[in-house]
Amino acid sequence: MTQAIQNIQATYAFVERNANLVKRYWAWELVWLTYSLANSLSVSYIGLGMEALTGQEANIDGRYLVLYLVIGTLVWRYLSLIFIWITDIIQIERWEGTIEYTLMAPISRWVHMAGQTLFAVAYSFFFTGIILAISVSLFQIDLSNANLVGGLLTLVSGSFSFIGIGIMASVLPLLFPERGAQMTHIVIALLLLVSGVYYPVSVLPEALQALSAFSPATFVLEGVRAALLEGAPMAQLWPFIWPVLGMGVISIPAGLKIFNLAEQFAKRTGRLARNG
Amino acid sequence: MVLQKDAIKITKVYKKFGNPPKEYWWDQIGKKNAASANHHENGNGHHNTDNNNKRRMVVAVNQVSFDVKEGEIFGVLGPNGSGKSTLIRLMSTLLLPDGGKIEVMGHDLSLEPLTVQKLINRVSVEASFFKKLSPMENLIYGARLYGLSAKETKVRVVEILTRLGLDQHSIYHPMEEMSRGMQQKVAIARALLSRPSILLLDEPTTGLDPVSKREVQAVVRELQELDGTTIVLTTHDMMEADNLCNRIAIIHKGEIIALDTPVELKKLAPPVNGTQPSLEDVFIHLTGTKLQEDAE
Repeated sequence: MTQAIQNIQATYAFVERNANLVKRYWAWELVWLTYSLANSLSVSYIGLGMEALTGQEANIDGRYLVLYLVIGTLVWRYLSLIFIWITDIIQIERWEGTIEYTLMAPISRWVHMAGQTLFAVAYSFFFTGIILAISVSLFQIDLSNANLVGGLLTLVSGSFSFIGIGIMASVLPLLFPERGAQMTHIVIALLLLVSGVYYPVSVLPEALQALSAFSPATFVLEGVRAALLEGAPMAQLWPFIWPVLGMGVISIPAGLKIFNLAEQFAKRTGRLARNG
Repeated sequence: MVLQKDAIKITKVYKKFGNPPKEYWWDQIGKKNAASANHHENGNGHHNTDNNNKRRMVVAVNQVSFDVKEGEIFGVLGPNGSGKSTLIRLMSTLLLPDGGKIEVMGHDLSLEPLTVQKLINRVSVEASFFKKLSPMENLIYGARLYGLSAKETKVRVVEILTRLGLDQHSIYHPMEEMSRGMQQKVAIARALLSRPSILLLDEPTTGLDPVSKREVQAVVRELQELDGTTIVLTTHDMMEADNLCNRIAIIHKGEIIALDTPVELKKLAPPVNGTQPSLEDVFIHLTGTKLQEDAE
């Protein structure tokens, strides 16, 4: 068997294993889906609520606001799920003690992370797709003028940068088994704050606006909104797509490098052992 | 049995955990009363260095050298905390040595880890699995990482687990429903699936009932006899070491204090009540402590 086929086999091992975990934890997945759906809908209802809250029904386009928020919740759900699946699976491996067996297998970290991220992207698409379908039917969202292909392309392009950030953050559960996964939440929280998920970045203080330029989610959200709300053609979406692709090109190799360094550190200091 | 060339060659391997204490100016204040810089050995027998209990350095493996021949069952005998598991972790690329060299089938472990990883597999004292997944799901995952197909693995899993005494029903149910002994058998199956040239067994029978223990020991013997697998076995079970191993290294406080065949090792201690001494007698004779005492 050639090395290439072995690598594909090993990549698929992670996809299949994670799919099996989802299958076995189906009750938890149902709870998580319900929670995420309720969360997304609650935020989106703010759009309709604004008309009633301000009493300016004539001046506020509630439907536009709802779609604005729906896009925010869905894009954020999708990107954060990729991040969570990459970081949390390392935490699960630490918890179960299987990390030693994964790291002593004759595979490169490229193959390891390729498998993890392939599953993370597929899972996030499926999960977000369910919430999208329910949101569209519930709010009777009209997407007839939207550039759906452009929006999807922007979203997929953004995945790469979040994969890189996720790999970097997965170093935390690798080195700190007890609280590492919780520590990654700070990354997600900061990205949520500065990326304009539920509001335009322009309302932020200048310092936070400057930080938003470093968040790939900012570009993805603006690009997807331009595609779906304004029906922007592909030519107008490129300014949002190329920066996130660039961030992906930098963050994925950087993430792998950081993970490799952390792995070496863990092997030098004996941090991979489950007990002691 | 004709012993071949070296399967594993360990030369002056050294491994410590933690760092030696640094003395700060504030440590000088009240040094007399605080006894801030004392140096002693802990109960496990490692060389520890305490500095007001703030930092602690443990020398887990100290200048250890030995070689394991191809097709040999090589035992590493010692109490808990003597450095056995550290040695196994070093050989399985899960720890990096601070000094010395480890060669596996002629490959330097530090320079060619992926090549070495293809040649070895390991069973640890803890059966670590995704407990919600079934043995089949866990083993297919493990096998794919070693380039095996699911089709081939499914057949081999049933074959190996049945050989180890597991019923077919439990192969498809979550591992959390299995006893520790059964989980340990699945762990052994995981290691065997990749058909390793070298199998590292870190106290594989600890916690198993006598029947399961015998089944595992029979599999170990079979592996050596039929497949010519080189096996490194750590244990604190004297009988197990005596029955299974071609040669045994006795490790104490991170150092190899004796290495020979079981027969030759027993010559190191005087007869007990006119009978040949056991390996435990040899250990007591060489260290002045009992294995169990030392383990506590």
